[in-house]
Amino acid sequence: MRHDLEAATTRFLRARARFGPLEILFWIVAFSTIWLLPTKHLILTETVIWGLFALSLDLILGYAGIISLGHAAFFGVGAYAAGLLAKYEIINEPTVALLASGLAAAVLGFATSFLVLRGTDLTRLMVTLGVSLVCFELANRFGDITGGADGLQGVTIAPILGTWRFDMFGHTAYIYCLVVLFIMFILARRIVNSPFGLSLKAIKGNPLRSAAVGIAVNWRLVAIYTLSAGFAGVAGALLAQTQAFASLSMLSLERSADVLLILIIGGTGYLYGGIFGALIYRLLQDYLSDLTARYWQFWIGLLLVAIVIIGRERIGGWIAPVVRFASRLGRRKASSVTAPKAAAPGEGG
Amino acid sequence: MAPVLETRSLDKRFGGIIAANSISLAIKGGARHALIGPNGAGKTTFVNLLTGMLQPSGGEILLDGAPITYLAPYKRVKLGIARTFQINQLFADLTPIETLGLAISERHGSGRDWWRIVGTRHGITEEIADLIERFRLADVMTERTAVLPYGKQRLLEIALAFACRPRVLLLDEPAAGVPEAERHDILSTIAALPKDVTVLLIEHDMDIVFSFADRISVLVNGELFVEGTPDEVARDPRVKAVYLGETFHG
Repeated sequence: MRHDLEAATTRFLRARARFGPLEILFWIVAFSTIWLLPTKHLILTETVIWGLFALSLDLILGYAGIISLGHAAFFGVGAYAAGLLAKYEIINEPTVALLASGLAAAVLGFATSFLVLRGTDLTRLMVTLGVSLVCFELANRFGDITGGADGLQGVTIAPILGTWRFDMFGHTAYIYCLVVLFIMFILARRIVNSPFGLSLKAIKGNPLRSAAVGIAVNWRLVAIYTLSAGFAGVAGALLAQTQAFASLSMLSLERSADVLLILIIGGTGYLYGGIFGALIYRLLQDYLSDLTARYWQFWIGLLLVAIVIIGRERIGGWIAPVVRFASRLGRRKASSVTAPKAAAPGEGG
Repeated sequence: MAPVLETRSLDKRFGGIIAANSISLAIKGGARHALIGPNGAGKTTFVNLLTGMLQPSGGEILLDGAPITYLAPYKRVKLGIARTFQINQLFADLTPIETLGLAISERHGSGRDWWRIVGTRHGITEEIADLIERFRLADVMTERTAVLPYGKQRLLEIALAFACRPRVLLLDEPAAGVPEAERHDILSTIAALPKDVTVLLIEHDMDIVFSFADRISVLVNGELFVEGTPDEVARDPRVKAVYLGETFHG
């Protein structure tokens, strides 16, 4: 009995971290667009970058419950870092510069993380917003470095790993971004399925009890906020590198609001929300702006209200059960072996 | 035996209200100590002070003779003080397996591991299984905590504190709100706690207190009123006076 229990426990825990068939299919489809949709690479690049940016927000919002209305601060810092590194030929190789830019954003994230530890959602919204406004104005004020309102001009990006040049059709850029997204996604996935990730979910659910089982709540929050900032910085750097340009809009409140919107559309707390949200947002934007060029945000706004009110905070709510079902196909149910369901819980808690 | 956990003239004021008034209490190693008292006597405040969820206005808290008065709650857990809550404080979206694994990982110092997948360390899964069995949670171990029957949630509440493998376990009304039929599970689990764990039980229900405790302290209006063996306390006329006519929600 005891041994079976332990085996069942192990199986249950590991099953959660395993890649399901739908997930594998998703990534196969994603990578196949390299060959299947060559004319859409420019727009897909943009989508992928939004997806990564929203993924970074999901790490704090979906997993640690920290809401932010200033995540563009980190995106923008990453973008300017990448732009400046390339422009002044400090680090020429894009992937190294990408890491450095992510690091720069992470440093800012670490420094400002202490501001979001305490307080309610409202305080956090205001603090994150405030930080991003400060960053925006700093970039505006120091125009001699950042190019101010004109943006950072004259950036030339060297070939990736000294081999692949960025081409005008954006093929290289798309493959580059997609690979980076994939790597960052795997990293994030690994992290949220680790004991550290589990402790974040616990903190989100009940910070009081988390402290009462010995979790250093504040340090965990600092860690994930820093990591999330780093992810956002990488996303920003990707945009700067693929456009060979950085501008104030990358730091703007509008970008912070958009990424929150994208994440909410896609759903928080299952990592794919950011990517789905970015896809849906881009498709809608395209479709609606064909339909009503000037008023497409009207429909986006309406959709947002509908999602928040009707669909329990995520479209993924419809997807998740399907994913769970599919990931069980071809695999024995992880939980049912030693867990006698005879005494199933009747009443709710 | 020397006291494991001790308070010296511990005070807590909320504005003009005195919730703890110079409480000096010594809990001996391995004791089954009960803290009783009418509603609003300050019992839960006292537990919050011991675990660091509230900061005292004055006085000292000592663990094994070393002061821990202003130590952060999570650090006290690492030193061996764990508690349960009168009102369940659980993780609604986690399963019992995950909930217990969380506390166990934390104790092993692997809670910060960000690269290892949960459930890949033998020692930890073994302990989870141990606790699941000891606290009779096997039939619900893969369900979300939010949907568990109340009695099971109550068991998980205690199991979670126990998963911290405390030297001192503070139980804040462990059977509160549990229907009669499920009460037995909880009481027998508490009775079966290892003898080397020191237990401080906060309780309303006198049956539970007198069947469990070998030492009883009575708290009234934030002050330690009487302390003694169950017999002494039961015979004390002042205690009777305090409890006479009192209504309990236990």
